[in-house]
Amino acid sequence: MIALLLAIITALFFPGIIIRVKSLVSGRKGPGIFQPWKNIFVLLRKSSVFSTTTSFIFQIAPVIYLASLVCALILLPVPGIPSRFGFGADFVLLAYLLALGKFFFIIGALDTGSSFEGMGANREALYSMLAEPAFFILFGTLALLTGHLSMQSIFEQFHLSGYNSMIGGIIAVYVLIQIAMIENSRMPVDDPKTHLELTMIHEVMILDHSGFDLALIQIGTNLKFALYGILIANILIPVTWALPYRIALFFGIQTAFAASIGLMESFRARKKMMKNPQFIVTLSSIALVGFILSLLMMYQLIR
Amino acid sequence: MENILITLPVFLSFVILFVPSKGRYYTTLFISLGIVLITSVPAVNVIFSKGVLPEIFHIATGLGSVTLSIDGLSAFFILVTNFTAITGLLYSKGYLEPYRSLKSPAQLSIHNFSYTWLHLSMLGVLMLRDGIPFLIAWELMAVSSFMLILFEAEKRATLKTAVNYLIQMHIGLVLLVIAFLLCEADTGSMSFDALKFYFSHHSNIGLFLLFFAGFAIKAGFIPFHTWLPEAHPAAPSHVSGVMSGVMIKMGIYGIVRVMTNVQSDLVTIGLIVLAVSAISGILGVMMAIVQHDLKKLLAYHSIENIGIIGIGIGLGAIGLGIHNPLLALLGFSGGLLHVLNHSLFKSLLFFSAGSVYQACHTRNIEQLGGVIHKMPVTAGLFLTGSLAICGLPPLNGFISEILIYLGLFQGLSTGTVYQSIYMLMAIISLALIGGLAIYCFTKAFGVVFLGVPRSETHTATSEVNTGMLFPQFLAGTLMFLIGMFPLLFLQPLARILVFLFQINMDLSWITIIRSISLVGKMGFFLIGLTFLLFLTRYWVLKTRNIRQGPTWGCGYTTGTARQQYTGTSFADAVAGLAEPILKTQKEDRPISEEEIFPAERSFATHPADVFRLGLNRLVDFLMLILKKLARLQTGNIQHYILYAFIFMILIFVLLYLKIL
Repeated sequence: MIALLLAIITALFFPGIIIRVKSLVSGRKGPGIFQPWKNIFVLLRKSSVFSTTTSFIFQIAPVIYLASLVCALILLPVPGIPSRFGFGADFVLLAYLLALGKFFFIIGALDTGSSFEGMGANREALYSMLAEPAFFILFGTLALLTGHLSMQSIFEQFHLSGYNSMIGGIIAVYVLIQIAMIENSRMPVDDPKTHLELTMIHEVMILDHSGFDLALIQIGTNLKFALYGILIANILIPVTWALPYRIALFFGIQTAFAASIGLMESFRARKKMMKNPQFIVTLSSIALVGFILSLLMMYQLIR
Repeated sequence: MENILITLPVFLSFVILFVPSKGRYYTTLFISLGIVLITSVPAVNVIFSKGVLPEIFHIATGLGSVTLSIDGLSAFFILVTNFTAITGLLYSKGYLEPYRSLKSPAQLSIHNFSYTWLHLSMLGVLMLRDGIPFLIAWELMAVSSFMLILFEAEKRATLKTAVNYLIQMHIGLVLLVIAFLLCEADTGSMSFDALKFYFSHHSNIGLFLLFFAGFAIKAGFIPFHTWLPEAHPAAPSHVSGVMSGVMIKMGIYGIVRVMTNVQSDLVTIGLIVLAVSAISGILGVMMAIVQHDLKKLLAYHSIENIGIIGIGIGLGAIGLGIHNPLLALLGFSGGLLHVLNHSLFKSLLFFSAGSVYQACHTRNIEQLGGVIHKMPVTAGLFLTGSLAICGLPPLNGFISEILIYLGLFQGLSTGTVYQSIYMLMAIISLALIGGLAIYCFTKAFGVVFLGVPRSETHTATSEVNTGMLFPQFLAGTLMFLIGMFPLLFLQPLARILVFLFQINMDLSWITIIRSISLVGKMGFFLIGLTFLLFLTRYWVLKTRNIRQGPTWGCGYTTGTARQQYTGTSFADAVAGLAEPILKTQKEDRPISEEEIFPAERSFATHPADVFRLGLNRLVDFLMLILKKLARLQTGNIQHYILYAFIFMILIFVLLYLKIL
């Protein structure tokens, strides 16, 4: 529950910081921090246009997308405070809840019968399929290092096991940031600012969503960023610190995460669509290297 | 008294052949319900009240006494079989309706008779423990399903597929016969119980692998799967549902049954099963993605799911081998629960695919589209099945998958370094299978049900009748039940396994139980939250001015249905990545330089199966040799007498030299 609360607070600032950093880097003043949320509130008040091709799938997809994200957030522990729902292999449930949201998001896009949205849906399905192993290898590594299976105890044990976990931590943070970028369709894979439907992924899938539904999807996207932010914070924030320091560090990390996304997007070009699968598979191999390294370390310890 | 009762359906089933066509369906239903009742009562008894001791019936026949035995494992499979067989029969009433005018009453009688016998023979396989009766039941199962596939025998392709199926089943049978004979040669008796004695003083791997290969042909593990993607689409949909839902699980039953008797080398056996299963899972789903035929796509998914079941069983065997009760329990319970889950969602998917076929008269995904507008209930049911087969919460597929995941993650840090690597490989393949399944079913559901119809001749007009929807609702309800109250199913299953494999249940199982019950609660929360959000949305949108309009086409307003994204283009990304395995054949004629005004073009892709191609090459090679041997067959009686004479001399010489 606390994770959900923190995620909502984080999500309030997150998109604003990214946009602000991007505009500052490009030499503009840029909109206020809360502009993205003002846009969402405008959308919430607007009326909707539905395509005649769509069916009830189109109506329930945004709702289930958001609901699955909220459920995933409830599962998350925050540094030092356990989640009520935590249990063994809860990260599997986390991954599959996100997958459920994605499933409905994809078929929601296909429901319009548009070839552009089909294209976007296809890319989304492919990229998330390729990113899935990286997430599981990462948690396999963490489970191996700590000997625990629930996210709560993995992260707790992780900070108590000293320098051994450092290597795992570095790789975990890197992989998680990249997965967050892929799952949220950000820069190296997708460019949220592109104007051509043919080169879009996320944006093209929501072409036909309007008003309330579009707002729900955008709220979901912001929460998804916060979800990965909290995961990263769990790895970086030592559980032994006092509560005020942990809170300060948490928001520091979220701000830094958002700012780094803004910086990355300012200086980096989107990859060619053809190169994206390679890039995502590379992530799995990096995670695999991390696994082998920690395996070697564990093996020496056992012997 | 009980003993007579249990053989009664065998005799009653012959009545179906003589009933006039008006009462045929209800006679079949009545007899099937009788079979279900007679076998389910002892099965439920074994699982719930009697605890764990097997129920045994001795039946005297002319050739001696036959023993039917229902222990926990059999009881579990019996209940799974009965449920799917009955839902299939209920569905068949509506599905066979259009065929009543096309087929002769005799053909329909034989079809119903074979269906009953498929059901009976599967139950026989599950209850018979002695080698010969077991093999007879196994053979009856192959023959009756062969008859069922032949339903549309007027199509040449169906005939060819059915014969191919029969031949492959017999290769499996030969392997099983050899395996049983090896056991008999050593122990003097031919039964599953004698295997225990054989395994106790022999190397276990060889005989187990022989059994595994024999059962794997039925179960459809890669590379033994080549009959499966052809036979399932050729059969009528209710038969595909039963074949994919339960008949191929008889192979799994056999593997587990043999495994209960294995005494040593369990780790190696587990690793082999794990490796074969992981490969089956990934390749199965990859091949599924590129299919154009909806039922063929589902058939390849059966291979994938058999892979998931196999990963669970392999994990369980490793757990037994390294004496880790938790690992064994997680692996086997995950695998066996997936048997139940797969039988539910796969039969549901085949039934709804059959409904689409009946309404649109094609199974080709590229010609369908927009079915949801005319058949919303079927679409909803297919969606439920899709979510379950992808292992998404809050449905049943997730429960079995998380059990296997739990076991694999647990296994990461409990064994040697090599075991950790194997476990991680299995985790990666399970994660990949999950991602690919989502890719595949967003394609299948999206292209078939969403958008607008791609072809005017294959447009659905109305929903199928309630009689066909009812069995699908039954399966769907059970799927939600398993997903949200997993403990109701998991705890009896665990009790069976504890007794079957003599596992000492330890305390950590309680934490697993807690995990799984939390997953169920999360399902409730998810559904509640969705409902709440939807109500809010409904309430907000009620006050708004809602307009309808065409789909945004980037300013282009006169698009046609054929410009929609097709299944082939959706699958193209994976087809491109996995080209070496998939070997998709493309029919394409590039524009040559001389062609100033290009003429009409066509483009077609044909998904191929490399294993099928390999098998064809093997058969071609055999045919070549056999053709050369055919020269001996001169048709001249003198030559044949000469052969017999040469043969006798050969025997004589061999005997003289004391070689024989």
